[in-house]
Amino acid sequence: MARIIAGVTSSHVPAIGAAIDNHQTEEPYWKRVFSGFERSKEWMRQAKPDVVILIYNDHASAFSVEMVPTFALGCAAEFPPADEGWGPRPVPVVKGHPELAAHIAQSVILDEFDITVVNKMEVDHGLTVPMNLLFGSPKEWPCPVIPLAVNVVLYPPPTGHRCFMLGRAIRKAVQSYPEDLRVVVFGTGGMSHQISGPRAGLINSKFDKAFLDNLSKNPQKLARMPHLEYMREAGAEGIEMVMWLVMRGALDDKVDEIYRFYTVPASNTAVGHIILEPRGKKAAGKGKKPAGKMKRAAARAKSEVRRSK
Amino acid sequence: MAREQHDYDDIPGTFVFDQERSRQGFGINMFCMSLMKDENRKAFKANEPEYLKKFNLTPAQADAILKRDYNRMLELGGNIYFTAKLGATDGHSFRHLAAVMTGSTQDDYANMMLAGGRSVEGNRSRSGKDAKPAKKPTKKAKAKSKTKARAKPRSKRG
Repeated sequence: MARIIAGVTSSHVPAIGAAIDNHQTEEPYWKRVFSGFERSKEWMRQAKPDVVILIYNDHASAFSVEMVPTFALGCAAEFPPADEGWGPRPVPVVKGHPELAAHIAQSVILDEFDITVVNKMEVDHGLTVPMNLLFGSPKEWPCPVIPLAVNVVLYPPPTGHRCFMLGRAIRKAVQSYPEDLRVVVFGTGGMSHQISGPRAGLINSKFDKAFLDNLSKNPQKLARMPHLEYMREAGAEGIEMVMWLVMRGALDDKVDEIYRFYTVPASNTAVGHIILEPRGKKAAGKGKKPAGKMKRAAARAKSEVRRSK
Repeated sequence: MAREQHDYDDIPGTFVFDQERSRQGFGINMFCMSLMKDENRKAFKANEPEYLKKFNLTPAQADAILKRDYNRMLELGGNIYFTAKLGATDGHSFRHLAAVMTGSTQDDYANMMLAGGRSVEGNRSRSGKDAKPAKKPTKKAKAKSKTKARAKPRSKRG
């Protein structure tokens, strides 16, 4: 039986991709951002997922204003990087998992989520930047990816509750897949940012930190948050954080927060990142789960130990 | 017909790309999409007004594009992920465009971001009726941006 072993969130700022592609990751501005993902990459090496389901939004690359699917599931065998106006990013072609994707489509549609099935699609920085942040820059991505593109460009995006419930349906679909696969779900985008209009540059760290707290402990509260609150508090484009709720819905009610990273700014945006595992079911590493206040410090110490091996 | 008012129209300095703007701005956004191709970028640069004729734009929309008035493009139905392609054609990044839209210099905008970005305090609501009013409403952000003051009456005109 396939199972979801963890959920990860990550920003997908295009400038992060540009910094990688232009070899600027060691510059102080960018090092501050990339250093926050070092432990995560180590965690990912230990977790060894067989498949990633990656929730993201397309930025006028695969979908223009001609067609705007609310939820589009990538069921193809591969997804080439899109040319976003500067040539495609120099990253590997993303391999899909058509069998599991087909199974998910079959399952969630009968669960009343009328998703769009996409059999040919290019993927932009919204998908490839989180892959870089969690897997680095290998010659081939270490596992197949099922992209789920969510419309957060044309208002209104799906509600947070709808996203959360779709996560639930995806979880049910994964758990009914006969092959023994370890699946990690990515929720991408955010955190607070506004890149349009005279209010551009808005950052609300207080909102972001509360959002991360609730994502761990009280996601039902987030699922009730109206769109207005996202836009007012976290910026017009901050609304893309609803995508994180798909990831959260795919996890158990109770989760352990393994790691968290937050920094401002990356270009116009606050960068937020969290790793959540089902409670007591360790995806990566050995030994007992650290608890309470010590959790993050312990995770930090642990990953340092791992690195020093 | 006047633009139907929505709760989010109360957010200052913000043009939400909703169904109504998407309907109005189809030509702007399709024009921007066309700039994904190099031959189209060259054709546009060679004769901008002539190139724009292909996209069924209103005179106001064409004018906003020719003047690179990014806020006006948003107001008339452009979306930032699309208009950014026009910015890229001119060699500008998202951050550059953001600074332009706020009316800041590039340096001022970059420094604001490094200092933690624009505060939400005083930037939540035009009407001041939102649930979390700023304790000390500042006019700092307003003073920074002359486009912001300009954007207000325009968005009501629809």
